Amino acid sequence: MTRRPLRPLARILDARAKGENPDAIEKENIRQRHDEMQVKSRQRAEGRLLVLGVFFLCAYAAVAGRMGVMATSEPREPVASTAGSAIAMQRADIVDRQGRILATNFETHSLYAQPPQLIDPEATAARLVEIFPDLDPERLLADFTGARKFLWIKKKISPEQKQAVHDIGDPGLMFGPREMRLYPNGSVAAHVLGGAGFGKEGVSAAEVIGVAGVEKQFDSYLRDPGNGSKPLTLSLDLTVQAAAERVLDGGMKLMNAKGATSILMDVHSGEVISVVSLPDFDPNERPQPPTSGFDPSVSPLFNRAVQGVYELGSTFKIFAVAQAMDLGLATPETVIDTRGPLRWGKFAIRDFRNYGNALSVTKIIVKSSNIGTARLAQQIGAERQRDFLDDLGMLEATPFEIVEAQGGKPLLPKNWSELSAMTISYGHGISTTPMHLAAGYAAIANGGRYVSPTILKQDGPQMGRRIMTEESAKAARLMLRKVVTEGTASFARVPGYQVGGKTGTADKPRPRGGYYEDKVIATFASMFPAHDPKYVLVVTLDEPSVFAYGEERRTAGWTAVPVAAEMIGRLAPLLGLRPQVEPAEVTGITLTSN
Amino acid sequence: MKSLLYVITALAVFGLAFWAYRENYATQQVLKETRGLQRQIGAAQIRLNVLRAEWAYLNRPDRLLELAELNFASLGLLPLRPDQFGRVDEVTYPLQPELTITEGVEVSGLNARSQSEQSQ
Repeated sequence: MTRRPLRPLARILDARAKGENPDAIEKENIRQRHDEMQVKSRQRAEGRLLVLGVFFLCAYAAVAGRMGVMATSEPREPVASTAGSAIAMQRADIVDRQGRILATNFETHSLYAQPPQLIDPEATAARLVEIFPDLDPERLLADFTGARKFLWIKKKISPEQKQAVHDIGDPGLMFGPREMRLYPNGSVAAHVLGGAGFGKEGVSAAEVIGVAGVEKQFDSYLRDPGNGSKPLTLSLDLTVQAAAERVLDGGMKLMNAKGATSILMDVHSGEVISVVSLPDFDPNERPQPPTSGFDPSVSPLFNRAVQGVYELGSTFKIFAVAQAMDLGLATPETVIDTRGPLRWGKFAIRDFRNYGNALSVTKIIVKSSNIGTARLAQQIGAERQRDFLDDLGMLEATPFEIVEAQGGKPLLPKNWSELSAMTISYGHGISTTPMHLAAGYAAIANGGRYVSPTILKQDGPQMGRRIMTEESAKAARLMLRKVVTEGTASFARVPGYQVGGKTGTADKPRPRGGYYEDKVIATFASMFPAHDPKYVLVVTLDEPSVFAYGEERRTAGWTAVPVAAEMIGRLAPLLGLRPQVEPAEVTGITLTSN
Repeated sequence: MKSLLYVITALAVFGLAFWAYRENYATQQVLKETRGLQRQIGAAQIRLNVLRAEWAYLNRPDRLLELAELNFASLGLLPLRPDQFGRVDEVTYPLQPELTITEGVEVSGLNARSQSEQSQ
């Protein structure tokens, strides 16, 4: 660019010749140059502003575009690193104490239809009915030819069925992937496992949710992807559970009972090794819950072990006796007046038969005297008895970790009077579940500490709160052993395993008050080996009745005890208990003189 | 001097851009491979799970019991009972194999020699 001089000689000379001031020319030129510079710099500034504007526009457009893309696209995890992204199943497995699978997941498919896309609805419906005979042909055809745009045909189909549907070849039939819950052992431990069903259902996936048992109780744990594929380990032992179910089922049929339950519990850790409730069901095809209006215990879904709230009869006597010994009110040799009937107001307490005028405390348990325990309860008093049973967990629902257990709230007298205390001492007037009884017997068996029954595998003993002294528990155990060796539970003698236990036979209450004459709940609560108990076994039969030695027998000694004995003989070897010779009682040699 | 600096800077920018470009695609490739592998792992896990479920199903107590009953003739399996426990001292020691004499020593011959020595 050529620079124009500020003082062009030609014009200066010209101005000088005309007598003008040549400086004016310079000023004029400076002004002109400034004007030009101003214009130029403005243009440059405007250009820059434009560039900047375009830049900001682009930047905002990019941000807005990205936001739009993020808002409309499917969410996806940013993959910065590749390590540690485990592919977990939707729901964790459930395994037994030895890691054997009780519940797992299985890939399957669901079948749905989009009727507008069906080419030949009639033929498709006919062929679908051939594959799935349980479908209703008329209804299916009505759905296919009607106004519906979408319908589920089957929630779960097998690979063979899928192939068969595929072979129909109609484009209106579609498959959606499904993860279903599989219980490979069938009805084994059905009541504990409960079952699972579908929650929110979509075409491409469905939520699997627990509907009962541990599946519901630990639903959030099982569904938590943070657990990875770590399974839920239960305290159950599959082998023991299956054997227990088989033996109890046979026993229930032999004794003509309509229901049965058994609980096998480790007395130190509180682990429930096996819990059976019969009749049972297959959790793979969980039956519909019963409609209201009749006895819930008729349904196979009813878990007698934790929901069956019954008066458990004489099995409670040992608690009254143990407490009396713990309070120092009695020793095993203390003699109690058992002349009957014992009258309290209008109420009279009688024994099954007359046991004489007086019995020692041991004999009261061995012979199962209602009057004897009622007298002990009088000495203990209602208040102390209530506290003791509260300590044993008899006044609340058990903390057993399946949802149904919360429904097993004990039925207690509204006013815990002295008469209530007397009847409760022999197991009437208080209704509990067999699980409560198992926990109570476990406390006696382990030396006087409370254990809460648990379905989860434990690492060691619970060491719960102390309920009674070691000595009282030991004395109670000796009494329970004597019930088997010389009392009402003589059928419980299992060679090699010293069983101690107490029978209980309670009349079933009528729904409208009063008791049935010929319907009982027979219970046998036992522990073995008696000199150092490791397990507690509670067996309860609902309405048993067996014809033996010329008469119809319903007492626990004739019904529940033989079943329990068979169970112990079958289960103890599976639990790894060696048969042992009982340490003999030190008798025979007596020091007479020095 | 200045222009050399510009040229070097520009070349450096080119070089870095090329490096970033390559790294980007290499990373994407690795991620793609990883996704593929993870898909394979997922499929393998599903397969494994099916096998585990099948194993559990084949080992269910009901079936094992049925099999034990079906094959009673050849296996003779019965439920474990307390009387099947034994003590170690109830087990007999394995019988010692009887001694067989392979290299006999001529006892009578020695006698004969000693007799002959005495007679000398």
